[in-house]
Amino acid sequence: MVAEKARVLNLVQAINEALDLALARDERVLVFGEDVGRLGGVFRVTEGLQAKYGEGRVFDTPLAESGILGLAIGLAMGGMRPVAEIQFAGFLYPALDQILSHLGRWRHRSRGRVGLPVVVRAPYGGGVHTPEQHADSPEALLAHAPGVKVVIPSSPERAKGLLLAAIEDEDPVFFLEAIKLYRGARAEVPEGYYTLPLGRARVVREGGAATLIGYGGMVEVMLEAAEVAAREGVEVMVVDLETLVPLDEDTLLEAVRETGRAVVVYEAMRTGGFGAEIAARIAEGAIDYLQAPVVRVAGYDAPYPPFSAIEHHYRPSARRVLAALRRVLTY
Amino acid sequence: MKPKVVQYLDRGELPLKEGEALALYRAMRRARFFDEKALTLQRQGRLGVYAPFMGQEAAQVGVALALGEGDWVVPSYRESALLLARGLPIHVLILYWRAHPGGWRFPEEVRAVNPYIPIATQIPQAVGLALAGRYRGADWVVATSIGDGGTSEGDFHEGLNFAAVFNAPVLFLVQNNGYAISVPRSRQMRVDFVARRAEGYGIPGVVVDGNDAVAVYLEARKAVERVRKGEGPTLLEALTYRLAPHTTSDDPSRYRTREEEEAWRSKDPILRLGKALEAAGLWGGDAEEALLRELEEEFARELALADQAPEPSPEMIVEHVYKEMGPDQKRAWEALRQGKHVEELW
Repeated sequence: MVAEKARVLNLVQAINEALDLALARDERVLVFGEDVGRLGGVFRVTEGLQAKYGEGRVFDTPLAESGILGLAIGLAMGGMRPVAEIQFAGFLYPALDQILSHLGRWRHRSRGRVGLPVVVRAPYGGGVHTPEQHADSPEALLAHAPGVKVVIPSSPERAKGLLLAAIEDEDPVFFLEAIKLYRGARAEVPEGYYTLPLGRARVVREGGAATLIGYGGMVEVMLEAAEVAAREGVEVMVVDLETLVPLDEDTLLEAVRETGRAVVVYEAMRTGGFGAEIAARIAEGAIDYLQAPVVRVAGYDAPYPPFSAIEHHYRPSARRVLAALRRVLTY
Repeated sequence: MKPKVVQYLDRGELPLKEGEALALYRAMRRARFFDEKALTLQRQGRLGVYAPFMGQEAAQVGVALALGEGDWVVPSYRESALLLARGLPIHVLILYWRAHPGGWRFPEEVRAVNPYIPIATQIPQAVGLALAGRYRGADWVVATSIGDGGTSEGDFHEGLNFAAVFNAPVLFLVQNNGYAISVPRSRQMRVDFVARRAEGYGIPGVVVDGNDAVAVYLEARKAVERVRKGEGPTLLEALTYRLAPHTTSDDPSRYRTREEEEAWRSKDPILRLGKALEAAGLWGGDAEEALLRELEEEFARELALADQAPEPSPEMIVEHVYKEMGPDQKRAWEALRQGKHVEELW
């Protein structure tokens, strides 16, 4: 059901379009958070929506993340479909109690009576020299919360369809948007309403030498590395997980079995990051096919450096991915 | 200036219709009956850890009866009396305290959100639920309750502020029972009354004698009316006392005196209303005895229902995590259903 016409949009515009369509389609959809109304969001993702749908549907809240998540939970209990924005994923921490104790538990706690169709959007990740906490990648924390889904798009076209699917979903979905891609990624985006299924990984580049696995802002980094490798005659496969929870283990394992070598790329802290989960799944499900240990390319076990000129050392680059690739190819 | 503490009973007033007064008394008596039985069941090992509410019946029942059928309650875990007065069947409440899955799912028509363990987290949620009613064109009021200890949590403050800013139809009931487990009010806050905090959010705060069912009921009714009319949220602070331990695992003799407990025992909300009813000629003779017989029979029936609930099966662990099971839940469900663990499926 993809509309025919397509225009080139960046990630901000694609997400704005998705929100616009969702608000138009379903009166129960509400968009709220800090600065999303008059300002249109610090990244202008919600620009124009309040003017179009009014202060009842698109509204600013007091500066209180736990309150925002609690409000979303109550609204969903009462039959609404809230889409809350947290200004940066690193600001989710004050709301973790609402997320871990409630958002993901309600369906289970009520034996299926109360589901919470809440979407929480938040920018994450680095690469644009932000202050402290503004580049954090807390996806593993969220993935570890029972009962929530975690979706991280890697392109404008994917983001639009995935966000619309997330808003339609009956369960809470965290929708993390790579800050680096907001204006950095541009792609043809179909017009009109369309959804893309949650819970599916996709192969974005074919190749037989090794498999690179990542998501969100790391997809373009992996593709860049794959391009360089290809110039040297090494064709590698690139897998975009897109949804971390529920994880499409079948596609993941199939991709690794095909090449026998895997590099997992993520920009969060290395220890306990989501890449560790991927490596473990590969070890459990595809060890017999592996010709080299799984290698992780990740952030360092330290806070993400704020503002700084050394940020690019923390955030995985194509160069680091290539080094890891060399390791798995020459093992 | 000391806020006025609203009180009726000790002035010898009973400004209620006969039906209302009797309904209050019966609901309180029924709740107390449940509380006593629950403690016994717990000691027999037939209930998990239990949080008694003995002494706080007036605060909870008074608010419950002030609400309309379409209104919602979002209680904390010490509010079994509120839930019972709201119409939650006793067997569901027993199953809840047995941590049996049959008690996790409250019947829809009770319009009660299951209480949970984290403190104050229900407060901003209640605000959201209240706003949902406004969006949907329903005029439901949400009554949410918390103890004085809970008002130290950030979510209490975020929730009050949200409610005030959005003019949400919420009644906040604070049961000031003097202690957060063992920590007294003086270690929770420097103000003498929680209600003073309401002013800080631009909403009215009313202090009421929480052991005076008439006062709680009338003030709650006024507040509910105000809230329903769209005049904004209200905080109702009920001054009361928890006569029993925090939970069945607690030992209050370590942090409070016998004398203090005895002094509060004499202010027992059920005795006080009972006396007023007798003075008004509405209660007495063998009415109490007949009521207790009725409650005994009801409880026996409900306990039997709870006892008949089927044993939960292991695969229930991964059911209802999502609307549709993901691949990980499916695999685990299959294993558990076969009486295995998930590793054994490989």
